[in-house]
Amino acid sequence: MKTSLLPTIAHRLAILAYVIFALFPLYWLFKVSLTPNDLLYSEGVRMWPSRTTWEHYSFVLQHSAFPTFFKNSLIVSGSTAIIVTICASLSGYALSRFSFRAKYWIVGLMLLTQMFPLVMLVAPIFKILTPLGLTNSLTGLIVVYTAFNVPFATFLMQSFFDGIPKDLEEAAMIDGATKFTAFREIILPLTLPGIAATLGFVFTAAWSELLFALMLINGNNAATFPVGLLTFVSKFSVDFGQMMAAGVLALIPAALFFLLIQRYLVQGLTAGAVKG
Amino acid sequence: MASIDIQNVKKAYGHVQVLHDIDLQIKDGEFVVLVGPSGCGKSTLLRMIAGLEGVTGGEMRIDGKRVNELHPKDRDIAMVFQSYALYPHMNVAGNMSYSLKLRKTAKKKIAAAVASAASKLGLDPLLDRRPKALSGGQRQRVAMGRAIVRQPKAFLFDEPLSNLDARLREQMRAEIKKMHGDLKATSIYVTHDQIEAMTLADRIVAMHGGVVQQVGAPLELYDRPANLFVAGFIGSPGMNFLDATYANGNVTLKDGTVMALPAPLAVADGAKVTVGIRPEHVVMGGEGSGMAASVDLVEPTGFGIILHLSLHGLAFKVFTLDRAALSAGPSVHVSFPAQHLHVFDDKGDRCVAR
Ligand SMILES: Nc1ncnc2c1ncn2[C@@H]1O[C@H](COP(=O)(O)OP(=O)(O)OP(=O)(O)O)[C@@H](O)[C@H]1O
Ligand SMILES: [Mg+2]
Repeated sequence: MKTSLLPTIAHRLAILAYVIFALFPLYWLFKVSLTPNDLLYSEGVRMWPSRTTWEHYSFVLQHSAFPTFFKNSLIVSGSTAIIVTICASLSGYALSRFSFRAKYWIVGLMLLTQMFPLVMLVAPIFKILTPLGLTNSLTGLIVVYTAFNVPFATFLMQSFFDGIPKDLEEAAMIDGATKFTAFREIILPLTLPGIAATLGFVFTAAWSELLFALMLINGNNAATFPVGLLTFVSKFSVDFGQMMAAGVLALIPAALFFLLIQRYLVQGLTAGAVKG
Repeated sequence: MASIDIQNVKKAYGHVQVLHDIDLQIKDGEFVVLVGPSGCGKSTLLRMIAGLEGVTGGEMRIDGKRVNELHPKDRDIAMVFQSYALYPHMNVAGNMSYSLKLRKTAKKKIAAAVASAASKLGLDPLLDRRPKALSGGQRQRVAMGRAIVRQPKAFLFDEPLSNLDARLREQMRAEIKKMHGDLKATSIYVTHDQIEAMTLADRIVAMHGGVVQQVGAPLELYDRPANLFVAGFIGSPGMNFLDATYANGNVTLKDGTVMALPAPLAVADGAKVTVGIRPEHVVMGGEGSGMAASVDLVEPTGFGIILHLSLHGLAFKVFTLDRAALSAGPSVHVSFPAQHLHVFDDKGDRCVAR
C-alpha cells in the first residue's frame, strides 16, 4: 500500500536509531576488548582497530582472579534470584488473593524499605553481619540482596497473580484440588512469564550490585565480579583492554539467562481461560 | 446424586447483608432455576453451596450432612462458571480429566469417561486443542464436559449460556434439558433468561434483594405470582399494573371502570389494590367493547405484535398474534377478562379469594 509506506519506513528508522543507541556502549566494550594495548591510545577514535587480538581474554581467564569472581557472582546472583522468586511468589500470591488484617500495614512496610538510600544502610548492616560472621562471605551477600529485592519482587509477582482470573483456582478447587494444589498446578504454570521476569530482574540486579559487594567483602576469595573489575584499576593506570574483556565475559551469563526465559516473557499464557 | 437443604442461610459482607434467611429444600434429581434481577444474590447463593463463599448464618446440608465448614473439594459438586474458567495450559482432554486425575482414578477409567463425555457433547475432534483455539460455544461445551465426566452429587450452573449467541443458546438449552433427562442429576441453574427458566426448571426460585420471593413450578409462578415483584419479573413483555380500589368482589379503576372478579377477595372494602394483567391476556375488540386506549407504538416481533398503548395516561402493553393489529388506528378498545386478572394488596402481596 502506498499510503502506509512512509510511516512504516519512519517507524523502522526510529526503531533502528533506538537499537543503535542502546547497543552502542556494548559495541564499544567489545571493540576495546579486542584492541591491542599499543593501539588503544595511538590510533585515536576509530570504529574498528586496524589490528585485533584475543590476548586480553586469555590473560583475564588464565592469569587473573576473574574466574573466581565469576563463580562467586554466579553463586550469589543465582541463589538470590531463586530465593527471592520463591519468597515473592508466595507473598505475592497472598497479597493478591487473601484479605487479612495486617495487609495494609505489611504493604506499607514493604514500600518503606524501598525508600532509604542504600548508602545509609551500609554501616548498620555491616554492624549486624559482623558478629554473625557473615561479612566477607557469599552467604552474607545473598542474605542482604534477598532482603533488598523481596519487596519489589513481591509487588511484581502480585501484579502477575492479579492478572489471573480467580475463577480458575475456584474451578480447580471444585474439581477437587486443595488451595495449594490449585496454586501449584493451575496458577503457577500460568505465572511463568511473571516468574521469568522476576528471576531476570533479580538476577541482573544482584549481578551488577557494587555497593554492598564492595563494603561487605574484602579480598579476592569472596569478591563478586563488579568488585573484581575494580582490580583492573591500579594506582597509576587502568587496564582497559582486560577490563573490557572481563566485562564482555560477564555479559554472557546474563545474556544466556534472558535467552532462556524470553520465551516466557513474551508469551501471554492465560489466553483462552475465560470467554472472549 | 443428592438432596440439598438450605436452612435459614444468611450471608453478609461486613455490615452489608446480601442474603436474608434463605430456606430451600432441593430434592434428589430436581432441576431448580434461580432467577432474579442483577445483584440479588443468585451467584452468592450458588457459590455458598459450592463452598467458595463462607456461610454467615444458618445451615447448609448436602445429602443430609452439614457442609457449612466443608472445603469445596470435599463437597463433590460440579460447577459451570459463566466465564467457563477453563485451564488455559491444558488441552480439552486435560481440562475434562483434571478432576478425575485429582481423585487418582485409573488411567483407563479416565480415558473412558472423557471419551464418553466428549462424544455426548460433540467434542471428539477437539480433544487435543487448547482453550484459546476454541470458539465461545466450544469452550462452553468443554466447561460442561468438565462437569459431567465425574458423577458429582450436584451440578451448579452460573449463567452458563449468557455468553452465547441466541441460536447456540437455544441449542445448548435443549441439550442441557436432554442431559438432565439422562443423568437425573440434582441441578441448580442461575439465569437471567425467562425462557431458560421456564423451559428447564422443575421449580423456579425467584429472588429479589437477597430474599426468596416465591418458589414453585414455572407455570405456578406464571399463573399465580405471589407478589408484585414476581408478577412483574416473570413473563415477557412484563405484566401491566393498574391502581384500583376493591369493593364487594369488584375492582374500580381510577377512571371509574368497574370490573367484576371471579371470586370475592379477602381484603376490606375500599382497600387500595393493584390490578395486574399480562399483555397476552388483554382482549382487543371493536367500538363499544371495553376501554378506549390510544396507540403509541406498534412493535412487530415476527411471531406476534406488541402494542404500546396509553390508557388514561398510563403506559400499557398488549401482545397479540392477530396481524390485523398492525394496521390498528390511533385508538383501540381493550378489555380485561376477569379470570386473567391478578390483584395485589397495598403491601404488594397477592390477594387470595375469601
Ligand atoms: N466480595 C463482596 N463484597 C461485598 N459485596 C459483595 C461481594 N460479592 C458480592 N457482593 C454483593 O452481593 C450482592 C449479590 O451479588 P451476586 O453476585 O450474588 O449477584 P447476582 O444475583 O449473581 O447478580 P448478577 O445477576 O449480576 O450476576 C450484590 O449486591 C453485590 O454487590
Ligand atoms: Mg451472578
